[in-house]
Amino acid sequence: MIAESGHYALVLALALALIQSTVPLLGARLHDPALMNVARSTALAQLLFAAASFVALVTLHVTSDFSVANVFENSHSLKPLIYKITGVWGNHEGSMLLWVSILALFGGLVAAFGSNLPLALRAHVLAVQAWVASAFYLFILMTSNPFLRIPNPPIEGRDLNPVLQDIGLAVHPPMLYLGYVGFSISFSFAIAALIEGRIDAAWARWVRPWTLMAWIFLTLGIAMGSYWAYYELGWGGWWFWDPVENASLMPWLAGTALLHSALVMEKRNALKVWTILLSILTFSLSLLGTFLVRSGVLTSVHAFATDPTRGVFILLILCVFIGGSLMLFAWRAQALKQGGLFAPISREGALVLNNLFLTTACLTVFIGTLFPLALEVVTGAKISVGPPYFNLTFGPLLVALMIAVPFGPMLAWKRGDVLGASQRLLAAGVAALLAIAFVWAWTRGGSALAPLAIGLAIFVIGGAVTDLAERTGLFRMPLATAMQRTRGLPRSIWGTAFAHAGLGIALIGIVCETTWNSEYIGTMKEGDTAKIAGYELKMDGLTQRQGPNYRELVASFAVSLDGERLRAMTPSKRNFTTRAGMSTTEAALLTRGVSQLYVSLGEATATGGIAVRIYHKPLVLLIWFGPVLMALGGMLSLSDRRLRVGAPKPAKALRGLQAAE
Amino acid sequence: MTRKQRRLTIIGCSLGVLALAAGLVLNALRDSIVFFSTPSMVAEQQVAAGRRFRLGGLVQPGSLKRGDNLAVTFEVADTNAKLPVVYQGILPDLFREGQGVVAEGALDASGVFKADTVLAKHDETYMPKEVADALKKQGHWKDDYGGKEAGKPDGGEVVSQGGAAAAEGVTR
Repeated sequence: MIAESGHYALVLALALALIQSTVPLLGARLHDPALMNVARSTALAQLLFAAASFVALVTLHVTSDFSVANVFENSHSLKPLIYKITGVWGNHEGSMLLWVSILALFGGLVAAFGSNLPLALRAHVLAVQAWVASAFYLFILMTSNPFLRIPNPPIEGRDLNPVLQDIGLAVHPPMLYLGYVGFSISFSFAIAALIEGRIDAAWARWVRPWTLMAWIFLTLGIAMGSYWAYYELGWGGWWFWDPVENASLMPWLAGTALLHSALVMEKRNALKVWTILLSILTFSLSLLGTFLVRSGVLTSVHAFATDPTRGVFILLILCVFIGGSLMLFAWRAQALKQGGLFAPISREGALVLNNLFLTTACLTVFIGTLFPLALEVVTGAKISVGPPYFNLTFGPLLVALMIAVPFGPMLAWKRGDVLGASQRLLAAGVAALLAIAFVWAWTRGGSALAPLAIGLAIFVIGGAVTDLAERTGLFRMPLATAMQRTRGLPRSIWGTAFAHAGLGIALIGIVCETTWNSEYIGTMKEGDTAKIAGYELKMDGLTQRQGPNYRELVASFAVSLDGERLRAMTPSKRNFTTRAGMSTTEAALLTRGVSQLYVSLGEATATGGIAVRIYHKPLVLLIWFGPVLMALGGMLSLSDRRLRVGAPKPAKALRGLQAAE
Repeated sequence: MTRKQRRLTIIGCSLGVLALAAGLVLNALRDSIVFFSTPSMVAEQQVAAGRRFRLGGLVQPGSLKRGDNLAVTFEVADTNAKLPVVYQGILPDLFREGQGVVAEGALDASGVFKADTVLAKHDETYMPKEVADALKKQGHWKDDYGGKEAGKPDGGEVVSQGGAAAAEGVTR
């Protein structure tokens, strides 16, 4: 019954989405408020049914109803409860259902909290939102229905892929989807603006919080995924330039650019056309990411050709939405009036430069990800574009961007002064030079570029601190005045500083981890010791243990640093009986400050030893603290009064606040 | 500054950055792409020693030998040829004799493939995609491997990896 109800709820959600995608548009044409308001009620009802459908699938997984094919293929009655729930989106059908549920959630949020939007704009936005939703409901119902029954229900399920049986699955995909799908809102707003042929600063003020929210989730989602790969795959890598990762990085880069260009539009009413284009591109890249991951085209171009239903359907969605929106853009963009003027050297100019570098970096990732696919389709030659390509293209562009980052907030709107900004950044520059000298003198080995990169990171962090100090008048004014000004500083200023500093912190982590990472790989027996970066690891023994749905071989290591005993580390190797002997490697981590010791196991040898991999990763945690700090900055910015209070009535309420900047 | 001048400045900057990016991309594509070969392709094409490529095929049953210090040797075979491979390090969880494998590295002077990275696929069928495609081309193909791929857990290609250097494939 539950499966059928879930299926039925999904069909009803589709029907509502179809109404929502047509009736409000008609209402806007006829200037009929009643018809336009249909969008609101259908969006809320659609959310209700999509959520009901999702809850139905979760219930089926939790109760281990193996008569449903999706549950049978991805669950097992012995699996711990948390993995029964997360297993819902650990497979294609369930994850697509999560995708549309989140889409419905965002539509519902716009409907519920968009009461201050102009009626026609809201009707258009929700209608566009419903176009996307209808396409994906159809996709699920026609090619990937999670509620299909099996005629002769088996007693036991086939279990979830062991690699996915981890808490990472509970957090990473939902976060990532909240990010991906969140960009659908800015997309819908952009399309609505093109349909209406009207766009102003107030539009940017409505769009920015939604973009910011999506960006925060995507940032956290990517960081979480990276940390998950780091501890789960057993060899300490945290970014692989894998197409699946690039698929999430591209919308992030475009979304970051969008955040900055929307700022120019909100404050200066300029870059309108570009902001609209970026909104379209960002969501298009999210759709492309979904296509790359879901269609099987990455596994093999031929896999795509042998089972084309899903792939072709998503490709069709991709063509219709990307092609359609770009055509609409080409047709209507002229109608949007050009905004304020600014000199090339100004805050606007700096933000344009930021956009330029971010989109170009995004383009290089795009080429590196799709070029092998295109080449294989056209010539049949198989190549792999690996990390060296990305390091050589993405790296230099990001370096150029990061050199420019501290200057942006220092420049005035309309007409800036590079010399003045450089003078104010003098302290940050000196700190960077000191850092370079210090790192160069105190470390051995590694690339000559490493100290320079650390210097760059310090410069970015220093720039963020300088910006705060300048605005609060710290060091220039009496402390009490500075404290008072600190309290009065808009939260978005703090947000900017945090996000920019996060970039520098992540860079420090990345440079230290890749440059001064030490590793030990060898076979160890009971009583053997390994020495790495001052740590001594003594193997105490190997034991077998029985888990809920696996057996594991646990090695125990006593760790000491300079003779002082630290805690024991117990990496293990799990063998999943339910999935034909699949095994996973559970690494053990020992955190000291922000550095980590990492131990994982290889296979056991015939002589009673076991292959062991030990890494010492200095400052590795900064790689993920950086993005977390960026997301925190985003949250601070999101909580700024300007975005909450200023949005409905932009004209007067805002001027008073802007003076503070 | 007029609107026209401003626009020209911006367009000039954009073209500059795009030209830079194009230069970087072309340079990187020339130096860092890696081609894929099967043992028979290697035999036919006389690949030069020292040139990096990816070797894919099945691990020849009975060929796996372990030496000291995690050194391993095995043979990668397709239907027409086989090639000896040496590797030092921990093999991925799902490395098995008779199953598919992809190794990255280069031939040495004596015609032995020195691998620095070994990938094996985490899937019930244990078949890296290049190997599957290559075998298909040679007409040795049995099951509906391709069809199953689309519905894989979480869509991502799940690859287990041995070797410490550059990598490929991650669970998403």
